[in-house]
Amino acid sequence: MAVPDRQAVAARHNQRAIEFLREGGDSLVTTKVESLFNWSRKYSMFLYPFVTACCGMEFMSVAGPRYDLDRFGCALPRFSPRQSDLLMVVGTITHRQGPILKKVYDQMAEPKWVMAFGACTCSGGPYNNYAVVQGIDTIIPVDIYVPGCPPRPEAVLEGLMKLQARVQNERVPADGRHKEIDELQLPVIEKPVA
Amino acid sequence: MEDYGSQALRRLLEALSDAVLETHAKLGDATAQIDASRIVDVARLLRDDPDLQFEMLTDLTCVDYIEQQPRFEVVYHFYSVARNRRVRIKARVAADVCQIDSLIDLYPSADWMEREVWDMYGVRFEGHPDLRRLLLYEEFEGHPLRKDYPKERRQPLVGPRN
Repeated sequence: MAVPDRQAVAARHNQRAIEFLREGGDSLVTTKVESLFNWSRKYSMFLYPFVTACCGMEFMSVAGPRYDLDRFGCALPRFSPRQSDLLMVVGTITHRQGPILKKVYDQMAEPKWVMAFGACTCSGGPYNNYAVVQGIDTIIPVDIYVPGCPPRPEAVLEGLMKLQARVQNERVPADGRHKEIDELQLPVIEKPVA
Repeated sequence: MEDYGSQALRRLLEALSDAVLETHAKLGDATAQIDASRIVDVARLLRDDPDLQFEMLTDLTCVDYIEQQPRFEVVYHFYSVARNRRVRIKARVAADVCQIDSLIDLYPSADWMEREVWDMYGVRFEGHPDLRRLLLYEEFEGHPLRKDYPKERRQPLVGPRN
């Protein structure tokens, strides 16, 4: 795929702006398409609540009218991964549930983001045993971690704002998609076997 | 009025004295330790005897007494809806045999509970038609609630870093 010459594109846009003003136009807003897309994306996230455990109560609190995710344009839960942008993984993920989570993530269309909501999704939390996945980042890529058991609604909103700041500055990858976890070079940490 | 739990134990001893090893009714909890090979006979008596009428199997679980012989103890909790009474039956299973007869023909509720005990403790239920793991996945090795299962052991189904 040919990479567009950004300087040539910018020069062409400048020329168009000058022509517009010469023809009598009196006001002009310039932006990059990427910035415009990112701006609209960050304020219109459809979220998929993957709620498995007690953090769900805190999710309901933050989604409800008191803390109100809607203020951040992130209030429309879609219960189909195909329609959603933000996968909120809320609660303990067991090994048996791991493939389900991976499937939901894979079904989401690009661009997509993942929030690890609560200690269990970040690291396994208090559960260090045979059943619990030690952090969902071993299964899918995570964009923002919100620790806490459960996290306060303020923490979730802080995480969301940090994610939005990231989305605003995102560059769309040249091949149009983000990396899957299978392609990432993750360090392998061997846990001691007793 | 005499406690029905004790009455039930008395009836059980009367009918199947050779299967019952020990009984007590401490704190109102009627409990009988039985010979594991006779569990179906005991359960049938508890269910069908007109003086007992324990028509419900409310719980079936297991305890791993790792330092004792026989090692495992399968615990059954029966409930009589007709009489609002409960009785607890315990059966010891040795580690090398690790098998006990299924109650699924008498109590359909035993289905998932027996599968769970198989999953977590590895006690086989002879006669169960579909003894698969209930909570864990098929690829899992071992039985995690056994006391000798290493608690740090990781069996990744997915993900490179577990």
